[in-house]
Amino acid sequence: MAQATTSTNNAPVIQAEKVSGPWRDAWRAFRRNKIAMAGLIMIVFFVLIALLAPVIAPYDYKAQELADRLKPPSSEHWFGTDDLGRDLFTRVLYGARISLWVGTFSVVGSIILGTLLGILAGFYGKWVDMIISRMFDILLAFPSILLAIAIVAILGPSLQNALLAIAIVNIPTYGRLVRAKVLGLKNEEYITAARSIGMKDSGILLRHILPNSLTPIIVQGTLGIATAIIEAAALGFLGLGAQPPAPEWGKMLSDSRQFIATAPWTVVFPGVSIMLTVLAFNLMGDGLRDALDPRMKN
Amino acid sequence: MSEPLLQVEHLKKYYPIGGGWFGKSPQLVKAVDDISFTVRKGETFGLVGESGCGKSTTGRSILRLIEPSEGKVIFDGKEITALSPEELRRTRKDMQIVFQDPFSSLDPRHTVQRILEEPLIVHGMGNAKERQAMIQRLIDVVGLTQSHLQRYPHQFSGGQRQRIGIARALSLQPKLIVADEPVSALDVSIQSQVINLLQDLQEEFGLTYIFIAHDLSVVKHICDRVAVMYLGRIVEIADKHKLYTKPQHPYTQALLSAVPEPDPDRKPERIILQGEVPSPANAPIGCAFHTRCPQAMEVCHTHRPELAETDQGHLTACHLFTEMRATGQTHLA
Repeated sequence: MAQATTSTNNAPVIQAEKVSGPWRDAWRAFRRNKIAMAGLIMIVFFVLIALLAPVIAPYDYKAQELADRLKPPSSEHWFGTDDLGRDLFTRVLYGARISLWVGTFSVVGSIILGTLLGILAGFYGKWVDMIISRMFDILLAFPSILLAIAIVAILGPSLQNALLAIAIVNIPTYGRLVRAKVLGLKNEEYITAARSIGMKDSGILLRHILPNSLTPIIVQGTLGIATAIIEAAALGFLGLGAQPPAPEWGKMLSDSRQFIATAPWTVVFPGVSIMLTVLAFNLMGDGLRDALDPRMKN
Repeated sequence: MSEPLLQVEHLKKYYPIGGGWFGKSPQLVKAVDDISFTVRKGETFGLVGESGCGKSTTGRSILRLIEPSEGKVIFDGKEITALSPEELRRTRKDMQIVFQDPFSSLDPRHTVQRILEEPLIVHGMGNAKERQAMIQRLIDVVGLTQSHLQRYPHQFSGGQRQRIGIARALSLQPKLIVADEPVSALDVSIQSQVINLLQDLQEEFGLTYIFIAHDLSVVKHICDRVAVMYLGRIVEIADKHKLYTKPQHPYTQALLSAVPEPDPDRKPERIILQGEVPSPANAPIGCAFHTRCPQAMEVCHTHRPELAETDQGHLTACHLFTEMRATGQTHLA
């Protein structure tokens, strides 16, 4: 697997004595990838911003100063103000909280459910696989954003429901990934070996199949956070996600779009923020894939 | 003659291919087609044949790692084929397997320590401290050192990995070990080390082996009795010496004549078989070997020869010998 190739690539003789393990080897490979490290640093930066928003932010994100409507960026308001005179810098900082929160938790939700279903489908096969796979097909038959809109429309527009909708929509992505991985692993000799020593199915699933299916999930999950952030922004833009006065980036875009010509900063800063976070997760995801996926190696 | 440890009776493994959806009956690949044999306590029983003849399927069906389609496997007085999943799980302690590929048979994410401890935990053997002692003894027995325990499989060579695989099989102190081509993936120099290890362990722990291989010289070295398989059937079973000196079945003769001769001056007569092995999905009627047999007769095309004793402890499935027996009987009468 990935680890094997990694350690042979960089001087196996010296490495043999170093502390080594699948994850350590992957981290070594990841660290050498400058672009991926840039992604990781950006993500750490955004996470810090999100955590420290109340400390850094110069204003209250809800505070309206109607006298200062649509002010361009200045030393007082670094990113300018919006049409209600709220400080955009503050709102963009707080927006990082919402986007990272939605991105992370919707992906965690999809991963948990998708992995569970995927493992069951792949391991037990037959009719179990039939039912689960057809469910995935049905979910995949709809464009994801349309399905998310439908789910939010049923549940009512709110940030929680948007998160839930995004999580549901993405279940099949992880489910199919895990199913495919499990189908491959099932025929590995070490699974037969585990059975031959008398391990129960549950033990084989937890100790051998799950740990060995993790790498593609981690890669897909990182890339998935990027997608989820865009989907959350899209739902926010459509008024189906975060509700005012929550400083959600997508919502900020839609609120300001009528001022795009007169006060472009109202659109540029939230827009650039979305782009940078998504870019960061994509860069890191690609780097993780290179570090973890043996097929990407020479 | 020691008592039997394992009896295999009319074992069959058929795989359906195609069909099945619209009432069309699926075609069957007969990977293992009605084979019977007995393995005695303490012996090494060889199972040889070319690729795809069903040796591995047989080995795995015996352990029910593959569910046999039909037939009985009786191990140590227990009918393996009739056990419930839970009983089977507990019985696995006594019968283990060593795999052919030392690279895929060890979980890449587990350390050697964990690989060796897992069987002990599964069967609730000892507490943490006792298990540690057992693992240290195991690693010693197979010729590795303590410092290897914290490493991962990819940090070992093929021979070392195979030793880990053997240690894992030994950890539960089994009575029977199915060695599924344990050395064919290794370098020749390493092969002999592993073979010797297997022999030493057999002596030390009183193990019984089913040794699956396609390398006849290796089989000659390690086995006591040998069964030759062709297209899912056993064509000949005999004591090693008898099989190698007086092979009876034309297939065995051809197989043995292909073994490389170390002495360059001796030019053994090679029996070159014509044609290919038929597909097991479409095995010939009658004797499976008749399509390639240099001595095929009329009866071989229509009737499947049964495995029958032709000499003491020598069983052959060939009409040449059924004929002989029949004529022998007429002479007597």
